[in-house]
Amino acid sequence: MAGAVSSLSVQHDKAGLLESRQATREAPWVKAAILTVALSFFAIFLLLPLVVVFVEALAKGWETYLTALVEPDALSAVKLTLLAAAISVPLNLVFGVAAAWAITRFDFRGKQLLITLIDLPFSVSPVVAGLIYVLVFSSHGWFGPWLAEHDIKVIFAVPGIVLATIFVTVPFVARELIPLLQAQGREEEEAAVVLGARGWQVFWYVTLPNVRWALLYGVILSNARAMGEFGAVSVVSGHIRGETNTLPLHVEILYNEYNFAAAFAVASLLALLALVTLAVKSWVEWRASQTVAVED
Amino acid sequence: MSIQVQNIQKAFGSFIALDNLSLDFPAGELVALLGPSGCGKTTLLRVIAGLEQADSGRVLLDGEDASDTHVRERQVGFVFQHYALFRHMTVFDNVAFGLRMKPRGQRPSEADIKRKVHELLNLVQLDWLADRFPAQLSGGQRQRIALARALAVEPRVLLLDEPFGALDAKVRKELRRWLRRLHDELHITSIFVTHDQEEALEVADRVVLMNHGRVEQIGSPAEVYRQPATPFVYGFLGAANRFEGSSSAGGIAVGASTLTGDAQPEHGNVVAFVRPHELDIVLQADASGIPARISRVLTLGALTRVELEGQADVAGQHFDVELHAANPLVAQLAAGQTVRLQPRQVRVFAQPDTAGAA
Repeated sequence: MAGAVSSLSVQHDKAGLLESRQATREAPWVKAAILTVALSFFAIFLLLPLVVVFVEALAKGWETYLTALVEPDALSAVKLTLLAAAISVPLNLVFGVAAAWAITRFDFRGKQLLITLIDLPFSVSPVVAGLIYVLVFSSHGWFGPWLAEHDIKVIFAVPGIVLATIFVTVPFVARELIPLLQAQGREEEEAAVVLGARGWQVFWYVTLPNVRWALLYGVILSNARAMGEFGAVSVVSGHIRGETNTLPLHVEILYNEYNFAAAFAVASLLALLALVTLAVKSWVEWRASQTVAVED
Repeated sequence: MSIQVQNIQKAFGSFIALDNLSLDFPAGELVALLGPSGCGKTTLLRVIAGLEQADSGRVLLDGEDASDTHVRERQVGFVFQHYALFRHMTVFDNVAFGLRMKPRGQRPSEADIKRKVHELLNLVQLDWLADRFPAQLSGGQRQRIALARALAVEPRVLLLDEPFGALDAKVRKELRRWLRRLHDELHITSIFVTHDQEEALEVADRVVLMNHGRVEQIGSPAEVYRQPATPFVYGFLGAANRFEGSSSAGGIAVGASTLTGDAQPEHGNVVAFVRPHELDIVLQADASGIPARISRVLTLGALTRVELEGQADVAGQHFDVELHAANPLVAQLAAGQTVRLQPRQVRVFAQPDTAGAA
């Protein structure tokens, strides 16, 4: 959300300004109270669990930790998670850009419906999403007999997991791009057309560079969700060890087997992934604010 | 290249932007489309460029129907009101854009592009800014870069949408003069849209006055200023005092008073216009002329402006008179004084709504 990104940083600057002036400064106890509430909430609900994950993961030493990670089932879960993300993120990138472009640049019937549908995965519980796929593709579902005839397995197999992942990550890219494209308007694109650029040239040389940071931001969020998704994937996966388990599902299985050290070790992988995502996200936000500063 | 628009009709919902409008723009001229906001001038410019599709009517470029020609094949240069420079590109890349987008066969080599871009940047006197980004430029500089970018593809027509609209008064004046000089050098058929009458009169070879999607008058700046064809044109080009009355033998009867002066006769109910500098103040309260009371006397540089309130039959109306500050009369004027107004030059129009009845 590059728009939100820059407005956040602007607000931050203004807050600093307000604070630096004697006349507009709040009483010290107000500041202290607000800070205490915010920081303790952060510590108890966010930082503490994160620390616990790593402490528990390493409770039985490095060796157990590493064993839990290189064990074949864990490795297969990592592979499947990466595969699901590698398929769903590019698809969502293409879909998100196309949808955002269509919504902001053309008038057509059903536009409002499309905008609403993009948000559907946010409003529907992931479990329901998974169930929908089961109803449609399972052996008793609508396409079940046809799929069975052609020997295609969707549910309790990799395609189902990929489908469920795509479903839950649909909104991210489009939601980032739509407000930005709306804010930027059409003038630069019109200028490019008048100068002789063809449709794809306009997109590649003018539209895309202007939204690149928002696009990257959307991709990062989409990727984080793809790798971390539990609900929808859990319904369609069937929990077949070494075959249809993604990382989050693998953590659950290990935990249910009272194999806490291994469960936390795998969980720590996901936590690390989250930290990397956060770091990249902050970097993108920082870069975006730099470019905004240069370009505005 | 000449441009003709024929019977152009364009509506946005129920709002009619262009109402069966036809115009000729001869080759090599700099024409101003002048009118209040919402008069359809920008829409007309966008229709000519192809950025907007007319509901009906034709656009002829060099005598050929261009209605179905794609924007990028029309070879027009378009300068947008807010410049629309590509914000992620340097000034150099902005100007080079049109050349780089050409199909491979027609695209000049990078060396040629470089030479051409620097040539254009020199033309707009901003070569030293080649490596900057648009955000680092002032408004006037952005405007000139936008112009250089439009010229890079060697357009046959140059269209400028409110080219000086977003600039402060001083830069505006400079750029106006500069645009005129540039046009005299290049002689490319150019149309610019403006709502500023001073700008249109100063820069253009010809002025097209538009109102409500129609053309009110076309002519040289001197023509439209001296011989306005309609009350709208008179009122739009410069300040005007308006009197309503009826035509009579001795002049125009406005209530109990009569406007004499150099008035063209019309019949029936009329609207008479007098420019502030063509209205005289007579101190004798019993003289002929329109009775008025001075409400303010303002001296701004070489001119003194006198604001007056109409009295008796013209009560409630406001009038302006402009005098040279050196005029000995100025010293004798004071707020509250009752005087008479006598026009030296009157422009009379039949009242549009009663012209038929009379």
